Formats: sequence, structure tokens, C-alpha cells
Amino acid sequence: MNIFVVIPAWNEARKIRPVLESLISLPYKVVVVDDASSDDTYKIVSEYPVALLRHKVNRDQGAALQTGNDYALSKGADVIVHFDADGQFLSEEIDEVLAPILDQDYDIVFGSRFLDKKSDMPWLKKNVIFPLARIVNRVLLGIRLTDPQNGFRAMTRASAKKIQIEHDGKAHCSEIAAKAFTYNLKVKEVPITVIYHEFGQGFSGGLKILKDLIFSKLIK
Amino acid sequence: MIYLQIIVSLFVVVILYKLFKQRQGGKLSTSAFLIWFLLWLAVLVVFWQPEVTSYLANLLGIGRGADLAIYLSILVIFFILFRIYIRLSKIESQITKVIRKDAIDNVKEK
Repeated sequence: MNIFVVIPAWNEARKIRPVLESLISLPYKVVVVDDASSDDTYKIVSEYPVALLRHKVNRDQGAALQTGNDYALSKGADVIVHFDADGQFLSEEIDEVLAPILDQDYDIVFGSRFLDKKSDMPWLKKNVIFPLARIVNRVLLGIRLTDPQNGFRAMTRASAKKIQIEHDGKAHCSEIAAKAFTYNLKVKEVPITVIYHEFGQGFSGGLKILKDLIFSKLIK
Repeated sequence: MIYLQIIVSLFVVVILYKLFKQRQGGKLSTSAFLIWFLLWLAVLVVFWQPEVTSYLANLLGIGRGADLAIYLSILVIFFILFRIYIRLSKIESQITKVIRKDAIDNVKEK
């Protein structure tokens, strides 16, 4: 079984080292897509036994993920895992995200910080921003997930081929989930832990995602 | 008013001249040429015969000709903005494709 872990990285020199350390001992092929970082991300990643791709111009997270997917598919990946470069997720939980695909023939698995496990998230995010994002996702896109903005997910080869990420920016989370439901894939949510180093995207980030999604609906 | 009319007319003549040159150089499709040509011709007509706009406005149930002109220009501006937005997102996605191919072609594997 060929399992690829795709990690988009943009200016993560300070945080990516422990992430890679924790991954290289695991039986997965690691793919890092450096999205034209201006810091030492590329140099640091090149010290590790991973496949390292570099965007010459910054194209944002969604674009980097699709680059990773394309590469992994070309190398015969059976399952692709999306993982963060900044240490938000725990590498030992990859197993739990993979389990529904490997043991129960699910097509795609999304991590959720709102199921069992306790993620220590900021109050505003937990009680205002994410509930709003959930409503928007459900009403606008028909996504029935507890945590549609979560970047920890795994998908089978067939699903990765179907789900082409067209949103270069941060709207890819909603896009991937929406496509999973549109294509009637077998979807499963798995509780995961999210470690908050900093606040991440706030309200304005959320509004930008909404704008991207609406405009793309308009021009299609 | 007559000064403004003359200035605008000269301006339109210059633009029409450029339009013809572009058409001859093959930089403009026939339909695009016709649309721009008619648009600037309409500007000329409106400045020399402002009553035309009142007539049209009344026909459409709008009070004054000047109002009609403003409504129309806003519509046109939004249409152009929309076209530019579409064009931009197309270019963006093409850039992404080029960058992606380059990244995959030059992968560093260890």
C-alpha cells in the first residue's frame, strides 16, 4: 500500500522541522510542496528524506495541495493524506484518519476537532467563527461536516483523481468537502486534535473564503 | 456647451481613428470593433443632440436623459469589471498550472 502524506508549506522554517522529524519514522512517503517561501523552508526540508517540490511563485495553499496530489498520483499513490506544516496536527493520528479507508472502504476521511477529542481552541473560533462557517458550508454547499475548515484529511487514489482542487486559496477546504458530497463519495469524519500555536485565520480570512466561493459560483 | 461639444468631438475622432488603426492591424475582432465604434458614435450623438437621451429615457420610463446615461454607464462599467474578473481568474489558474508543472518536473527526491 502506497501512502503519501502531502504537506503544503509556506514560510514554515521555524515550525516544519519537528513535523518532518515525527513523520520520517512512519511508513509513509512524505511530499512537501514549498509554496515559494521567502525563508529557509526549502533548505531545511531538503535535509530530510522526502520528495520536495517548489512553486517558483506563491500560489497559495489549495494550489500547493493539488501540486502534491498530482505528484503523488504520478508516483502511484494508493492513499493521499493532507497534513499541515506548522505542527497543528499530530502525526500519530494519521493512523486513525487512515483507518476508515484501509479497514472499511471509505473514500475520503476528514479530521474534525469538534468530535470527542479536546482541542484547546480560542473561544471566538469555537463559539462564533466555526459555527458560522458550518452554517455557510451547509446552506451554500450542502456540506454535512462538523468541521469543514479542517485541513487534516485522507483520500483514496480514485477520490484524489476526481477531486481537482481549483481554488488556489484557502477555499479549498470547502471545495474538497463539497466535491466529496457532489461525487457521492463515502465520507467519514474522525476526531483529531488541533494544537493552537496562534489564532490562524480570523473573520477576515473567513470572509475572503466566502468571497472566493461566491465568485467562483458566479463565473462558472 | 459648444466648447465642451467640440472638445468631446475631437476626442471621439481621435479614438475612432485609433479604433480603425487597430482594426486594420488585426488587433480587434469585427464584433469588438463594431461595439466600440457604435458606443463612441453614440457618445457623439448624445453630446450634440442631448434630447435624444430624454426621448429614450421617457420611452424606458426614466425621468431624465442624463439619468439614463448614468444608469447605462454604470451597467457597462460593471459588465466590464465582471469580464476583467473572469479574465483574471483564468490567467491565475493558468499561472498555477505552469508553476505546478515546473514544480513536478523539478522535484527533488531523497
